[in-house]
Amino acid sequence: MKQIWDFHGGIHPKENKEQSNQDGISDAGIPPRLILPLQQHIGHRAEPVVSVGDKVLKGQLIAKAVGAISVAVHAPTSGSVTAIEDHPVPHASGMTDLCVLIETDGKDSWCERTPCEDYSTLSKDELLSRIRNAGIAGMGGAGFPTAIKLHPPRQDKVNTLILNGAECEPYITSDDRLMRERASEVILGLEIMAYILQPGECLIGVEDNKPEAIAALREAAKETQVEVVTIPTKYPSGGEKQLIKILTGSEVPHGRIPADIGVMCQNVATAAAVYRAIRFGEPLISRVTTMTGDCIANKGNQNVLIGTPIDWLLEQNGYLNQKGSRLVMGGPMMGFTLHDTKLPVVKTTNCLLAATNKELTPPQPAQACIRCGMCSEVCPAELLPQQLYWFAKGQEFEKAEHHNLFDCIECGACSYVCPSTIPLVQYYRYAKGEIKQIKADQEKSNQARERFEFRQERIEREKAEKEAKRKARAEAAAKAQAAKKEAAAAKGTAASSPTEGSTANDKAAAIQAALQRVEAKKQAQTAPEVTLESLQKKLLSAEDKLSKMENAWKDAVENNPERAEKLATAVESSKTNVAKLNAQISEMNKGTGQAGGSEPQAPVGPSIEELQKNVDKAKSKLQLMLDTLEDAKLNHPDRVEKLERAITKNHTRVSHAETALSEATNAKKTTESTESNG
Amino acid sequence: MGLMTITSPHAHGPRKTANLMRVVVIATLPGLFALTWFFGWGNLINVIWCSTVALLAESAILLIRKRPVSFYLGDYSALVTGVLLGLALPPLAPWWVSVVAVGFAIIVAKHLYGGMGYNPFNPAMVGFALVLISFPVAMTTSWAAPTHLLDNPMSFLDTLSTIFGFSTQSIDAFTMATPLDVYKHEISHSVAEDVVKNPVFGQFIAHGWEWVNIAFLAGGLFLMKKGVFTWHTPISMLFALALMSLIFGWDADQTTPPLLHLFAGATMLGAFFIATDPVTSAVSPQGKLIYGAGIGILTYVIRTYGSYPDAIAFSVLLMNFAAPLIDVYTQPRTYGYAKAKRGTKEAE
Amino acid sequence: MSIILSAILTLLALAIVFGAILGFAAIKFKVEGNPIVDEIDNLLPQTQCGQCGFPGCRPYAEAIANGEEINKCPPGGEVTIQSLADLLDVEATPLDAEHGEEKGKQVAVIREDECIGCTKCIQACPVDAILGAAKQMHTVIADECTGCDLCVEPCPVDCIDMVLVPEDIKSWTWENPGNQPQIAGNIIATDKAPEVAV
Repeated sequence: MKQIWDFHGGIHPKENKEQSNQDGISDAGIPPRLILPLQQHIGHRAEPVVSVGDKVLKGQLIAKAVGAISVAVHAPTSGSVTAIEDHPVPHASGMTDLCVLIETDGKDSWCERTPCEDYSTLSKDELLSRIRNAGIAGMGGAGFPTAIKLHPPRQDKVNTLILNGAECEPYITSDDRLMRERASEVILGLEIMAYILQPGECLIGVEDNKPEAIAALREAAKETQVEVVTIPTKYPSGGEKQLIKILTGSEVPHGRIPADIGVMCQNVATAAAVYRAIRFGEPLISRVTTMTGDCIANKGNQNVLIGTPIDWLLEQNGYLNQKGSRLVMGGPMMGFTLHDTKLPVVKTTNCLLAATNKELTPPQPAQACIRCGMCSEVCPAELLPQQLYWFAKGQEFEKAEHHNLFDCIECGACSYVCPSTIPLVQYYRYAKGEIKQIKADQEKSNQARERFEFRQERIEREKAEKEAKRKARAEAAAKAQAAKKEAAAAKGTAASSPTEGSTANDKAAAIQAALQRVEAKKQAQTAPEVTLESLQKKLLSAEDKLSKMENAWKDAVENNPERAEKLATAVESSKTNVAKLNAQISEMNKGTGQAGGSEPQAPVGPSIEELQKNVDKAKSKLQLMLDTLEDAKLNHPDRVEKLERAITKNHTRVSHAETALSEATNAKKTTESTESNG
Repeated sequence: MGLMTITSPHAHGPRKTANLMRVVVIATLPGLFALTWFFGWGNLINVIWCSTVALLAESAILLIRKRPVSFYLGDYSALVTGVLLGLALPPLAPWWVSVVAVGFAIIVAKHLYGGMGYNPFNPAMVGFALVLISFPVAMTTSWAAPTHLLDNPMSFLDTLSTIFGFSTQSIDAFTMATPLDVYKHEISHSVAEDVVKNPVFGQFIAHGWEWVNIAFLAGGLFLMKKGVFTWHTPISMLFALALMSLIFGWDADQTTPPLLHLFAGATMLGAFFIATDPVTSAVSPQGKLIYGAGIGILTYVIRTYGSYPDAIAFSVLLMNFAAPLIDVYTQPRTYGYAKAKRGTKEAE
Repeated sequence: MSIILSAILTLLALAIVFGAILGFAAIKFKVEGNPIVDEIDNLLPQTQCGQCGFPGCRPYAEAIANGEEINKCPPGGEVTIQSLADLLDVEATPLDAEHGEEKGKQVAVIREDECIGCTKCIQACPVDAILGAAKQMHTVIADECTGCDLCVEPCPVDCIDMVLVPEDIKSWTWENPGNQPQIAGNIIATDKAPEVAV
């Protein structure tokens, strides 16, 4: 018997599971229309790869994963795409998001699949990419892309792989039924994950109120290393952090992810989906959903196609909408209410709870907090919810953060026990949102300030440069004047051949002026050290920024995957920036090192010249095109359109080249070089 | 009918503030019964009178503050304040003492600070301390003598007319100093053996008082079992009081002995019904331990070295002052942290 | 007489001792620069819009530190005024309408087919958030735009619109439950709050 631990707090709400766990999983069938949100997971929204009117087959990719943290979306059945538009999606806000709408044809014909008899013949990377391409995201509720999770950052070694079969929320029985009926799929999926991660032990944690599921899993896991652990029923034992505490005794440190302590947690339904994706090449196009609550006549679990409209599904199961006023997606503790029934089932929809007012009483008016402390007694994160409530209500967000607001998992245990019926969780969500908003605003205003200051600096510098140039020119002019005078004097004395003399004088003046210019140029470029210094400074700050960004990225990967995406690209660009600066510095070092003052232009010349060449090239090409266009207009009217397109393209190319050039010249403070060229 | 859009959780536990307060009132019944049994009708009349005044005062102030009256009366918090004051005041305290105490508790100590949940000090104890300081004579000479020691105990009507001032007869015949008071004064010029011969100490510890305290203890344990409060505050308070009197009061010939400290006066009432008021106490378990211990220590110190025979009210009020500070330094360790954050500084 | 003398001497000694302590503290804990300006600048929204009458946020911050009114920043609105009032411990005054009204978060958008490529907006943008070159179409980098609307005025063809940034599913956050009438949690929050029927 494996030792198990206890976590602080927790509650024992009425389970209400018997209404829906009696019968086996049935098939919900194919609805006439499917609504597929392109964002059913945490991270970047998938990008549609089909267009309106396209015929799609069951399992066909309709939106591909974009960016590091994203998963694909597939057609759950065959049919045709009728629209790609904003449609209300299941979200606490009740807002719309981009969806692909499919009209089903009822044939349910599969596209080509790539099954794999033996997963061990595939490499880990291949397995991960298949999981990613199968569109699998955590099916327990959060919807974090599974492939990313299975590829922990910093090469953390996963020693304990945990399957979460706790299903601690009341009413929900989808995992329970899945474990009972498809135990072997769960175990095989776990083995595939174990093959990828090579953990020391594989555990499945199941609450002791599901004896049938435990028996089925034990039976299926007989020949394997997998251990099925029975844990006491207590909400929220199915919370990732709580389950890890129960099964390993260790806690996930604040701001870190389980992989950092060598643990990984996956949902049982995810494991089954991974198995089907690898073994049969089936993407995630359906899931088991519990339909329960007294407003539904036929309570139970069904295998539902992703995208199935909820109103259709409810209709199929006898929805008594006059009885209820609340439709919850998820369980009664952490689920969110839907604003409408015309929403689709998504990858994270483990339960639809259509409850009567008798089952889930409407919220009572909140009374004053009497600080009875029952909330802190049940808080699984060991917070002081009553204090957090004061701070959130009084908008003292700094204090709330100091009291570890962001360690709140929003399990709702505090609100459940609150004798004053205060909507505590909503206060925490509000405070979290506000704090994030404040931080984002602060970041943005800092950025704006930086850009503003940089611009001011640049304007100052440009002014100074112009001033210096003007001075140099004035000086040169004065000298030329003097030379002229001298020459005139010489002419006066010599007075031999006026034409020759004047040309000579002119020449002399021109030479003088040219010399002057060269001098000025040299002066402008004498300070390679200065530029070097500034470059180094830039490099330092760039490196600093990079490390900051990397930290932020790491942080975001754990807490805010949506931002992680953005940050990842930012980090990349930051890296290239640093590399560029490094290269520049080394080049500059080389330049100053070997050539010294003899060839001050060397370090900057080539690239600018190159750019200039690019511009010239592009321009001449454009000219050529314009000529051809004229020609074509006269002789080949069919070619005109194409040419015009090409010309606009070329226009942008020219502008690109020009901006690149001007940027380069700006950056290297060699405005003179362009001047001398022109 | 539109769908309700509300935040999770959608399920709610059975517990309500009103239920909690009702349970607290019920848990005082054994104590009230014991008080009535041993000291006559005074406390019962006081409890009813104080509750009535409390509810009236609450309604009046709610009306003035333009709040829904029935909604706030429904939380029973005013009733609890009234009942606790009725239990704490001397049985034969004149009616106007009760009115001042309750009125001040409800109107000033509670509602002028923002109403229930916002008051920094225990309202009942603020009211009690006010009358204790303002009307020392009424508050020290109104303690009813145990009815068993009287040849002809006061009838219900007599008690009623005494409290409401209709009775012309002197109440001196029916009153007696409390055991804590007696011991403290007698022991300075006597020895323990002689002191306890005073009938006020009765057979065991203090006539009647020991049963009253046991009754309150029973009520408190019932509340603890019901989960109305945790064990931390009362146990730590009693433990600190016992420890203090063991260390400094081991010699019964010099000072009041431990058992008398624990089972006479308002000790158990204070430990289980007053110190546990959640609004004004510390919040974390560790904080509650410190808070309770502080009350215990202060109670001993004031009882022994102060001029008042009992000290629950002052100790509780003094620790109310300290509660926010205790909270700052006793944040519990949150899941995922190696150490708790203490004070206002950031810590990992 | 001696009493008066001793009193004077004592006070003198105290004055010297405390003076020395204060002087030491002034050197030891010397504050570099003028942090109050930085702190004020931090609270300003950094739109650099100049609606306050100063050429940018920092100049306004400096002016506030020197006693300028705190209610001249329309982009920051009431929130900024409140936080400035908290920082400086002064009364929060309503926004001075002379300098503009508080609008929601805005971003500039160039109607690109109408743009003639004059670069005037590029020169006007205080944060370099407009991209483009002469005779080429310009565009706004929405992420960098502070919504200051300084580019609208110089545009000769009026092709720049200021549009409100709409709330979408990603930027949505939970509402303060205290503001929701169906949750009567705010009945006794303050005595000023309007009455809520229960």
